[in-house]
Amino acid sequence: MGNDPSYTNQKFKVIGSRVKRPDGIDKVTGRAKYGADHNAPGQLVGLFLRSPHAHARIKKISTARAEKLSGVKAIITCDDLPDLTNGDTEARDILENCMARGRALYDGHAIAAVAAIDEKTAKKALQLIKVTYEALPHVTDVDDALKPDAPVLHDYIYTTGVEPKPKTPSNLCNVSEFGHGDIEAGFAEADVIVEKSYKTEQVHQGYIEPHACVASVSPDGTGELWVTTQGHFSFRSVCANLLGMDVAKLKVTASEIGGGFGGKTHVWTEPVALALSRKANRPVKVVMTREEVFRASGPASSTSIDVKIGAKNDGTITAAFAALRYQGGAFPGIWAMLGAMTSFACYNLANVKALGYDVVVNRPKVAAYRAPSAPMAAFAVESTMDLLAKKLRMKPLDFRIKNAAKEGTRASYGPVYGPIGIGPTLEAVKKHPHMRARLKKNQGRGMACGFWFNFGGQTCTDLNIATDGSVTLTVGTIDVGGSRASLSLIAAEELGIPYEQVRAHIGDTGSLGHNDMTDGSRGTFSSGMATIFAARQAVEVMRARAATMWDIPVEDVVWESGQAKATGKKHRKLKALSLADIAAASPNTGGPIAGHNESVPDNAGVSFASHICDVEVDPETGATRVIRYTVIQDAGKAIHPTYVEGQFQGGAAQGIGWALNEEYIYGDDGRLQNPGFLDYRIPVCSDLPFIDTQILEIPNPHHPYGVRGVGETSIVPPLAAIGNALSNAMGVRMDHVPMSPPRILKALAQLDG
Amino acid sequence: MAAHLVSTTINGDAVEFACPADESLLSALRNRLGLSGAKEGCGTGDCGACSVTLDGRLVCSCLVLGVEANGRKITTIEGMAENGVLHPLQENFIEYAALQCGICTPGFLIAAKVLLERNPNPTETEIRYALAGNLCRCTGYDKIVRAVQASARELRQIEKRKGRKKKGKKS
Repeated sequence: MGNDPSYTNQKFKVIGSRVKRPDGIDKVTGRAKYGADHNAPGQLVGLFLRSPHAHARIKKISTARAEKLSGVKAIITCDDLPDLTNGDTEARDILENCMARGRALYDGHAIAAVAAIDEKTAKKALQLIKVTYEALPHVTDVDDALKPDAPVLHDYIYTTGVEPKPKTPSNLCNVSEFGHGDIEAGFAEADVIVEKSYKTEQVHQGYIEPHACVASVSPDGTGELWVTTQGHFSFRSVCANLLGMDVAKLKVTASEIGGGFGGKTHVWTEPVALALSRKANRPVKVVMTREEVFRASGPASSTSIDVKIGAKNDGTITAAFAALRYQGGAFPGIWAMLGAMTSFACYNLANVKALGYDVVVNRPKVAAYRAPSAPMAAFAVESTMDLLAKKLRMKPLDFRIKNAAKEGTRASYGPVYGPIGIGPTLEAVKKHPHMRARLKKNQGRGMACGFWFNFGGQTCTDLNIATDGSVTLTVGTIDVGGSRASLSLIAAEELGIPYEQVRAHIGDTGSLGHNDMTDGSRGTFSSGMATIFAARQAVEVMRARAATMWDIPVEDVVWESGQAKATGKKHRKLKALSLADIAAASPNTGGPIAGHNESVPDNAGVSFASHICDVEVDPETGATRVIRYTVIQDAGKAIHPTYVEGQFQGGAAQGIGWALNEEYIYGDDGRLQNPGFLDYRIPVCSDLPFIDTQILEIPNPHHPYGVRGVGETSIVPPLAAIGNALSNAMGVRMDHVPMSPPRILKALAQLDG
Repeated sequence: MAAHLVSTTINGDAVEFACPADESLLSALRNRLGLSGAKEGCGTGDCGACSVTLDGRLVCSCLVLGVEANGRKITTIEGMAENGVLHPLQENFIEYAALQCGICTPGFLIAAKVLLERNPNPTETEIRYALAGNLCRCTGYDKIVRAVQASARELRQIEKRKGRKKKGKKS
């Protein structure tokens, strides 16, 4: 199925080996420097004052007493951040999210910030700032926000994507539609139709490292930012634009990153830290507390989704429909749109329609979270697929295989697929011993599929060869989980040298051209591609240098196994020159040897996964344990299989937490009640089993090695896989995530009643 | 609040520092002593990223006061490798890819070392419960548990060899 032999037959020397990562020793000895581990001479401590209201008008902010406190060096409110966004509504929303402008839109919204000589003084100063609020009615639930009597957050949001254009503002920002065919005709053809509604609660990425930065702005308008981020070039552009700085005069250095999963693709405190530094004329360090991370960084959407699928008795789906309502927090987002695009992407459907409703509520501005928006849509669709299979008296796996998308299928979101992995992952499920393992009482098995687009994006990479033959690879994509190892492997493969001879670095914004963020599973895909081409450029340089050294035409020089060789009988006495030989001579043959690549490697290659999950439910408490879990996913080509497995396992674990426990709990007052790891419980080691993985390699024809992004898809199937397993274990269909003990007990009680 | 002088031993070295009575040990380590290997993930003892040992006992340094270190022995991640040689746990965390972002790694290594000192042959379940106070959001714990299992095996073999040598000397 779609295995292109020209790629699979490629013989690799080091690609696919499980080498040690170059940053490993620093990270096991405590030497690695993360966001909060950097300090600048004379730095101040920056702290934020945040709204205790879900929705309020800010009538007055009085900073006079705080300003007089000894040790306070700067106080910032929105007055210090004039709106320079010039009609760019996205930038304006970022500005208003970083610092409230006349109104607080959610519990935790920044109202003011202080820079002081130490934390104690800064805290005292926050207490001295007096804010007069006028509380306004609020709404935190996505369905409530769409009711006619809901408080409207923004007077400038008129729903787009609908005809006729509404005459009044509302919380519905946009309606997006995807699909093809005629679903009415399709449902008319169906022998069996299942229709069901689902809800999923809000979750947070839960990276262990809180947001942290050190900002330093000089009186001459230049600045530096040390920050934990998934994209230092993007942070540079956003911060410079908001503050009216020249982009090139702000140097952003990315620290080691302690997890991001999408949450560190957005700025939160960084523009304010720069503004504080500019005002105080000293470096300012801002480190969020865990409570601030939960209340005021960007979690994922909560959702409400309706799904309707119809099929013929032979199992052919005739029509599929979904209406997906996603809240983006207090500002417009594209989250429902992404949910609508991904919802039916696994299947080959003649008639399909998905409607995405993007909604604003009084919650923090939503950010990307690993395959953003796809897990909720997959929960609704894949749960419905199981219900429909049951009605058709088919095995859910066979029902999925029958309807799986394949090469040539028009995807529900538009494009026609090339070679893809959904079919092969489903066939692999069928063959997997997990599917035949015995289950005991109160145990059940479920499976589900997932999809993610993957992304290419702007990339710029440098490869420099030192005179001793060692190689520096400088990339601009943040290493979130081992990509420096994979990229070094790629450079070694291309140059024909040992992995250990390559050292990969993440360059700061002063050392490379713009690189998009590490998101969309693009790090190893995009920078890998740029590394290949940079290395090939360096090889061309080395061929020319060898030709110079030998004084023969460059056409007579070939590059093989890390050596320049002269071809033809007349050159047979010329001994091959190694990379090190050519590098050693480089000062006299034209100077440093380098390769460079800037590109936008599109066609990252869509990614599919199928997961199998066994659960055991305690009927007395409603507690669910995952007792066995298997991830099967298409990686295109696994550059470093251990780290690919790690991505599969990590995504599955996050999905398991989402499915069973994690949820933002808001009180009637619109305030978040569980902003801490004790009450927002992510999976701990004793909650999980080993997570088995199977890597499939269906090459991406648009990458020289066949690589696809691998980072995100693994979080998509677990919600539904667990829901389906629960259904098979206890006979209850859970339609509300998380499937926490109280919800399961309630469902079991309804079953008995 | 006046600062208190604290005399303590950190990773075998005698260390003195001054800190106010309400300052956490984590803050003192990171901000006064430059030992930033211990991380603050939550500040409330829920994530274990700040794990150190205090007189051999595993603690969250965010829940210990700096002044409590007076007269006690502290070990941090910076003291785990001896004479430039990585501890088997450190080697195996790299070998088994038990870290992705690595922010939780110092805490896990400290917690795992304490576990293996007390229980050289833990079951998988014992490992999972011993490490349940340390949060990792990247790995799903799979490769962490495998790295600890491999380290336990290695350490037992090292002990065995030592035992044999001792016996050999006696006879």
